[in-house]
Amino acid sequence: MSNFISQWGSAIGQGFIETVEMTVISLAFSLVIGILLAILLVLTRKGGQGQNVWIYAFFNALINIIRSIPFIILLFFILPFTHALVGTTIGVKGVIVPLVVACAPYVARLLESAMLEVDHGIIEAYQAMGISTPKIIWYVVVREARSSIILGLTIATISLIGETAMAGFVGAGGLGDLAYQFGYVRFQPDVMYAVIIILIVIVQIIQSLGTGIARKLKKN
Amino acid sequence: MIELNHVSKTFQVGKKKIEALKDVSLTIRKGEIFGVIGFSGAGKSTLIRCINLLERPTSGHVIVDDKDILKLSKRDLLKLRRKIGMIFQGYNLLETASVYENIAIPLKLEGVAKDEIERRTEKYLDIVGLTDRRDAYPSQLSGGQKQRVAIARALAHEPEVLLSDEATSALDPNTTESILELLLKINAELGITIFLITHELNVIQRVCDRVAVMEKGQIVEQGSVVDIFARPKEAMTQQFIRNESRLSIPESIRRDLLKSGRLVNLTFLGESAKDPFLATVAKKFDVLPSIIAGGIDQLKDQSIGNLLVHLKGDRSETEAAIQYLKQQEILVEEADY
Repeated sequence: MSNFISQWGSAIGQGFIETVEMTVISLAFSLVIGILLAILLVLTRKGGQGQNVWIYAFFNALINIIRSIPFIILLFFILPFTHALVGTTIGVKGVIVPLVVACAPYVARLLESAMLEVDHGIIEAYQAMGISTPKIIWYVVVREARSSIILGLTIATISLIGETAMAGFVGAGGLGDLAYQFGYVRFQPDVMYAVIIILIVIVQIIQSLGTGIARKLKKN
Repeated sequence: MIELNHVSKTFQVGKKKIEALKDVSLTIRKGEIFGVIGFSGAGKSTLIRCINLLERPTSGHVIVDDKDILKLSKRDLLKLRRKIGMIFQGYNLLETASVYENIAIPLKLEGVAKDEIERRTEKYLDIVGLTDRRDAYPSQLSGGQKQRVAIARALAHEPEVLLSDEATSALDPNTTESILELLLKINAELGITIFLITHELNVIQRVCDRVAVMEKGQIVEQGSVVDIFARPKEAMTQQFIRNESRLSIPESIRRDLLKSGRLVNLTFLGESAKDPFLATVAKKFDVLPSIIAGGIDQLKDQSIGNLLVHLKGDRSETEAAIQYLKQQEILVEEADY
């Protein structure tokens, strides 16, 4: 055991940090883009406060198209776009772009459905009080949906961790890459087992945290 | 203070056009409680939403304080809405916010100063009697308490008008009564004009000064509550009032009674109840009056008495007695049907 740790400890530590790095940065970008997209969808949908059939149809289709492409294919498919955006297609920097492109539409969908759950009567009550639409969206809809939003983000984070495993293909490292390179390619199954255990623990912690926070925010 | 002139609203549902409001005109006076009653689907909800433009009329004018609000800019409309409070059947509170926050948050969003928010929230919590529940969440409150929070939230904007959209329809009779008392109190003490819609006759009866009866998007009858109760003209109105307050007796008893005389429904308003008219009738004509059923409807500031009376005697004598009664200060309705 101590042998294993002294041999692999630093590599696993390094992989862990890379995975956390990729997940956190991508999640932050995805959250910003996803929440804006979700608000746009909620506003422009039929019966929304800024109903606009064309804008809704466009973004609705765009989200569906991106979500249809498996991440491993998307990763290569948007290489030119990634290069144009961040000047490189490899390393952590190179993998953040495809991760965000894949994750943001997913977050948008999760947040959209969370926001649509908010009772229309509450929105109407705030309209009747003369509160402007942007304030209603932020202080009423997002607030009331916050519990479901946290649950959605928990799901998104966990699937994001899964996607970072493929980052190894563009040399971004991470735990998944470690398990693949050493555990599978070089026949070191104990490395794979160690990585799997660490991933299980991370996912458990994130899910419990998400569920706990959501319950606390719900207030009923 | 509020005037609806020839307001119509048509909804397009698929290929079908639904006329929710057809040429509705009414005037709500400052300081009064005006009620609209009708069965569900009559267009009441659309009507009340036209007053703060949650629904825009297809045609017609909505005048508030001498201004045609359909011509207001978006900004001015938001300002106007702050002067018109609204409460709902479903309360529409933030589930994630405490009682205190539910009242304070809209004020904050409106840009009211911090100490003013505190002052008003405390004040209106006190008025609705929920000061001790200020930190509770809506899920911990009863329906009546939730409606009180909604009322406090509406009042905290210090509006001139309060719109009530079936505010008591989801509440039990006792709670309804206490909410109605609260509405009467804020009308009397704060001078707030109240416009309410309901399908419950007792709400109209208990709090309203004037009432309009709605059916299929149109107002079929309107007037003071006392008049409508005492002399309902339209079939729709009679149906409403008979459903809830008119006296009825089993058909078999009615048939028996009609064999030996006539049945009349007598309605008394205030003063007219003092004369001993039944005794007079018995003395003047060859009839024997007997009271079959009776009841009193308590209106906001008057009571109406109802008696179902059987007049025993032959045809000509009972007819003469009914003609005599009709000349008195009471309302006579033959109930022989």
